[in-house]
Amino acid sequence: MMSTSPSTTSSSTSHYPSAHVAQAIETHTLAVIVDNEPGVLARVIGLFSGRGYNIESLTVSETEHQKHLSRITVVTRGTPMVIEQIKNQLDRMVPVHRVVDMTVTGRSIERELAMVKVRGKGDHRVEALRLADAFRARVIDATVESFVFEITGAAEKIDQFVALMLPLGLVEVSRTGIVAIARGPEGM
Amino acid sequence: MTKEMTGAEMIIQALIDQGVEHIFGYPGGAVLPIYDALFHQEKVRHVLVRHEQGAVHAAEGYARSTGKVGCVLVTSGPGATNAVTGLADALMDSIPIVCITGQVPTHLIGNDAFQECDTVGITRPCTKYNYLVKNIADLPRVLHEAFHVASSGRPGPVVIDVPKDIQFATGTYTRPKTFAHRGYVPKVKGDPERIQQAVAMMRNAKRPVFYTGGGVINSGRRASELLRELVRVTGFPITSTLMGLGAYPASGPQWLGMLGMHGTYEANFAMHECDLMICIGARFDDRITGRLDAFSPGSRKIHVDIDPSSINKNVKVDVPILGDCTLVLEEMLRLWTAQPGESDKPAHKAWWKKIEHWRARKCLAYKPSNEVIKPQYAIQRLYELTKDRDTYITTEVGQHQMWAAQFYGFEEPHRWMTSGGLGTMGYGIPAAVGVQLAHPGSLVIDIAGEASVLMTMQELSTAVQYRLPIKIFILNNHYMGMVRQWQELLHGGRYSQSYSEALPDFVKLAEAYHGVGMRCEKPADLDAAIKEMIAVDKPVIFDCVVDPAENCFPMIPSGRAHNEMLLGDAAENLDEAITEEGKMLV
Repeated sequence: MMSTSPSTTSSSTSHYPSAHVAQAIETHTLAVIVDNEPGVLARVIGLFSGRGYNIESLTVSETEHQKHLSRITVVTRGTPMVIEQIKNQLDRMVPVHRVVDMTVTGRSIERELAMVKVRGKGDHRVEALRLADAFRARVIDATVESFVFEITGAAEKIDQFVALMLPLGLVEVSRTGIVAIARGPEGM
Repeated sequence: MTKEMTGAEMIIQALIDQGVEHIFGYPGGAVLPIYDALFHQEKVRHVLVRHEQGAVHAAEGYARSTGKVGCVLVTSGPGATNAVTGLADALMDSIPIVCITGQVPTHLIGNDAFQECDTVGITRPCTKYNYLVKNIADLPRVLHEAFHVASSGRPGPVVIDVPKDIQFATGTYTRPKTFAHRGYVPKVKGDPERIQQAVAMMRNAKRPVFYTGGGVINSGRRASELLRELVRVTGFPITSTLMGLGAYPASGPQWLGMLGMHGTYEANFAMHECDLMICIGARFDDRITGRLDAFSPGSRKIHVDIDPSSINKNVKVDVPILGDCTLVLEEMLRLWTAQPGESDKPAHKAWWKKIEHWRARKCLAYKPSNEVIKPQYAIQRLYELTKDRDTYITTEVGQHQMWAAQFYGFEEPHRWMTSGGLGTMGYGIPAAVGVQLAHPGSLVIDIAGEASVLMTMQELSTAVQYRLPIKIFILNNHYMGMVRQWQELLHGGRYSQSYSEALPDFVKLAEAYHGVGMRCEKPADLDAAIKEMIAVDKPVIFDCVVDPAENCFPMIPSGRAHNEMLLGDAAENLDEAITEEGKMLV
């Protein structure tokens, strides 16, 4: 679990315990329901930066207007102990209502939306359109030398699509970050 | 009650409704309406400090010694930034504080106005929660909510930033019945099954130890009473963190002394070799655990804490119990006494024998002197001459703080005010001001170092103004002692910037503040001098000149485990097998 080699720690001139090492790093998607009030996002982000946790992706929007509740979906990486800490640290914040680990609960669906701008002529343009069709991406803007595609799906699918567009004249990508919801009839 | 009033009046009314009698503060442009409202009433007494950091520390001392919420009022910009150290200190040590800060008018926020700063931004990571009130309709709710957040669950500081136009604005004041943040419901009652499991483990333990902390103090007097009873009926040894001193009496037969970096040999060895650790209201801080991978390797661990994020943060525990110490201890005690069952008496006897062996090393022993006052001796004498009085102790941070923790015997909770988590030099004088204000007839002593004390010395002026006869007992070794000690042990004796050069004459300094100054340099004069200090009904600076070379032992050195302590030369060496070189590392 922790460092087991005494030589690495006993020679240190700091009293602080050595860093956790050699625990498997996991990626977790957390859904956090918060009161939609000023500064709540800064609070959550400040927790991550202040305590040195990772944010891979973060999305936030009000989901229940009457109750002023927002849903933050954050994808984070860490050892199981750190992931547990993150959940507990989030959960004890005053404006946080619930924290659900979508990765632990299993059966959840994750989606991301991206808009992809591709510039090209001739064969490249035809090929881009053909691939977009295969990925079920929609054309939401077009000029004689460009397209903007809208694509929705798992993050890996978008990665793949973007990689394919690269040689065909990829100009820029805008992604929303991951949102997640549990399967089945139950709400969180 | 429902009434039309200004924002400033609402603030004072809410303080009155919350039962606040004292508020520590410093006026300025952005809080003038509140100071005007203060002027028109007599229920809330304002204590004018000399620096906003002092206001927060004073409120901390007030809160820790009474169990009430400490209140602070400061202005915008520098008033708020000066308060930040105190807020961070209160957050680390879980002290309930409500700090009201003035802010520039709402229409000027973000304009780099005079004395403007992003107070909620700056204080967000060093408060439990904070508010910027931009609408007068929110103010009554926010004021009362702040007290609830500060004092419930794991206590902590809350900041309310109130722009000046909101202080002038008129609105309807009511005391809200409900709490708007429905997500904030601290869990106070421990899971009964887990408690049952914990008690079963306690029943079967062969080498158990209680490891308790500030959570027991924060939980209230009842928690200490329950802890004492549980320790008595189980017969287990008990040790405590710096923050937990006094929950179990230092004179108790099962007391092992403080644990951790400067804890006793017996406490740390008991932690290292126990088979069951019962942690109550402590958080496995790095000053406690030492090297994590060698921390109490053979034990199963029970952890009672009100803060879920404290559990399994540093050390993985076997039975986590989320709840308030009082309620959990009550249930533990009930189950222990209700369920018939025999503890392993022979195993406990052998365990205590082992502990007595560790005790016999007399790890706190030091070489006495007739020539120079040893700092340990000074604390011992101070203890002997004040123990029968109604005494409260505050400290600064450093060697003197550790010696106070080691040599001053605390018999009751709420008597010991120290900056544990943040380690704030300069905490002691303002904290003593707060304590003395809350306990006018009591003896309040700040055990200090000559370096720390200069960081907030100006608060002596506050003590004089309010006739608070605090005693500042300086162990003057002419060094930032703990820095010097680390430099001696870890940096080849290169005393970089740790010598206290150009010290003031503390006697004259006290007199300049209209207090009383005393100096003592000889062990033979010490008792009489301390008695004289106690007798003075005025603030006193007692300049106790001590051995400059004394180090604070025992000490768990860099990155070592509990069983790798450094002991002072005077400790008993019981194992002949240990070489001179090895002695240092035992």
